[in-house]
Amino acid sequence: MLAAFFSLILRDMRLGYAQGGAAGLVIAFYAITISLFPFGVGPDAEILARIAGGVLWIAALLAALLSLDRMFQADFEDGSLDSLTLGPLPLSLVALAKALAHWLSMLLPLVILSPLFGLMLHLDGASMRVVLIALLVGTPALSLIGAAAAALAVAVRRGGALIALLVLPLYIPTLIFGVGAVEAVSGLGSVSANMSFLGSLSLIFAVLGPLAAGGALRLALE
Amino acid sequence: MHWFANPARFIRLADKILPLTLPLTVGLLAVGLYLALVASPADYQQGDTVRIMYIHVPSAYMALFCYMIVAAAGFSTLVWRHPLADVAGKAAAPIGLAFTGLALVTGSLWGKPMWGAWWVWDARLTSVLVLFFLYLGYMAIWGAFEDRSKAARAAAILALVGVINIPIIKFSVDWWTTLHQPASLFRADGPSIDPSMRPPLYVMLAAFQFYFFTVFLWRIKGELAAIRLNALRYAGEAPRSASPKEEQP
Amino acid sequence: MMFHPTKHPTSSPKARTTLNAQALACRRGQRFLFAGLDFSLEHGRILILRGPNGSGKTSLLRLLAGLSRPEAGQLFWCGMAVPPSGAGLSEQVHYVGHSSGMKAAFSVTDNLRFWARYLGGAEDRLEASLEALDLEALAHLPVGALSAGQQRRVSLARLLVAPRPLWLLDEPTVALDSDNQHRLTGLIQTHVQNGGMAVIATHTPLGVDGANLDLRDFQPEAQHMAHDPLLAFED
Repeated sequence: MLAAFFSLILRDMRLGYAQGGAAGLVIAFYAITISLFPFGVGPDAEILARIAGGVLWIAALLAALLSLDRMFQADFEDGSLDSLTLGPLPLSLVALAKALAHWLSMLLPLVILSPLFGLMLHLDGASMRVVLIALLVGTPALSLIGAAAAALAVAVRRGGALIALLVLPLYIPTLIFGVGAVEAVSGLGSVSANMSFLGSLSLIFAVLGPLAAGGALRLALE
Repeated sequence: MHWFANPARFIRLADKILPLTLPLTVGLLAVGLYLALVASPADYQQGDTVRIMYIHVPSAYMALFCYMIVAAAGFSTLVWRHPLADVAGKAAAPIGLAFTGLALVTGSLWGKPMWGAWWVWDARLTSVLVLFFLYLGYMAIWGAFEDRSKAARAAAILALVGVINIPIIKFSVDWWTTLHQPASLFRADGPSIDPSMRPPLYVMLAAFQFYFFTVFLWRIKGELAAIRLNALRYAGEAPRSASPKEEQP
Repeated sequence: MMFHPTKHPTSSPKARTTLNAQALACRRGQRFLFAGLDFSLEHGRILILRGPNGSGKTSLLRLLAGLSRPEAGQLFWCGMAVPPSGAGLSEQVHYVGHSSGMKAAFSVTDNLRFWARYLGGAEDRLEASLEALDLEALAHLPVGALSAGQQRRVSLARLLVAPRPLWLLDEPTVALDSDNQHRLTGLIQTHVQNGGMAVIATHTPLGVDGANLDLRDFQPEAQHMAHDPLLAFED
């Protein structure tokens, strides 16, 4: 069972970087979204530094959204999803494995690259460390919530646009605590409190997301 | 529980309840509006704008109440496979969306004289806005399926994910606003409410509640009729071609 | 040209499995595709599903694979009732449907290796599976670059990477040339000779001995609608 779980994670991560995989696209999207902000609000270093935490988070959130739509859709279309149900994993664990693979292949690279973009937005060193840790702790929730929405969208069959509607309201708490952690560096509140809430969100959705996704995938197969 | 699953029984029950709730709704609404708009005193600070509260607060309450109904229906759909629960969730959602919209509009109208802006990122208003999006998602799922029982289960999954999220969203938005604007002006519906304002508020709350039950029952009846119509259309394929003469007198 | 059965990996010959179905019914929307369907399948036997398009062959196979649930009726595996919820028979079966279940960007070997690991097979069966379907020369090509018939062979090779007693095959001959149809026949025969079972929906004669099950015999009358509790307008 564990072997199946890890082989599925590995396959999905490799798919992200194989030909036609979305991982490169997602990184490019993240970079472009962030570089649009200076054009939108002006190159003033002070303003950019003030909004940098929010910009990095919103760009990560949109990049996650961009890559969710293929999470189950591709497996559904090519028949893999049928065979995935014949393995030892219940559908909720299939969803968990795929959500983890999504995080590892799509979002973790963004987290790692975020200090680079923080630098371009004139973020200071202390804030940058907090941004990095906050993204690391909070972005798994994006993949896990996203799994539920992506599975529902597969069940609906024409769900591409639906995912954004389903998932973005549920992303709001993650965004609030993620940005809250960064703002706490400059004195608005407590970094550790925001971090604890971010971690709790990731843990809550590690249970809730795959459960909901498993139920939705069952509907998609019927 | 499954006693209600028989639509004939349910409709008979609904037909007994509706003649009670309909006049109650109209009567309470008339009394409530009179108390709220005419009989109650204007606020010493806010003047007549405080009267928006008598619409706004019950709407915001109903917005949440309807979501609880939707979530409870979703729960019975998934756990007990209760067929009428599917229909109940579908019937309650648009009413909830309307109340949510009303709460947002009245909140905005109230905000203009109070804050000098049509929209302020106040904790309560922001939470209601998120609730509005949750309703839209729920209804979009219903709209996207052809098969009723599948749509019901998918929508139920979303409703339950949503209902677990509502306290999280509420908490996070409160957290966020206290951080950014510690002194909230939006206190009129808090514990500091003047005793003279309570009766009209409670009457309006009751009126909205009965309005919900009336429209809810109507909408379930309508859904059941639509389901039946659809089934007859399916079943009618054969008879329609087999006995065309009966239709030509 | 016939494939040599000696090295062919399949289920253990000791397996004495049976599959019985009692009064199965399957609903699509408001209509029953079939109802009151009974059959029994012994180890070493083949059941061939017949019936026109839309008679429910694919639905029956998916139902046996546990991908959907029957509207009514009961399945028995080795005499034991299969619980309607839960995994059901899923770890006893292979299902080869219309789509290949292979990733276009991965090579044939990589695809099959994943399924071997995921479905609990052994990777040392990989070579034999490739050989059995004459895929050795294509093993390093991405599946997306293969023709429809070659892709079909790759999805059939999945049957061999992990041994499972019951094969559920939905139109397995589609896109196969006659040589490869013979190859498939050989695979199925070896599988059942070793104690396996197969349920096959097909329009082309496969040249295997099997009981026929015509789904037209279980079609409810045209007016027979699914019982929808919300349509019970009389008590």
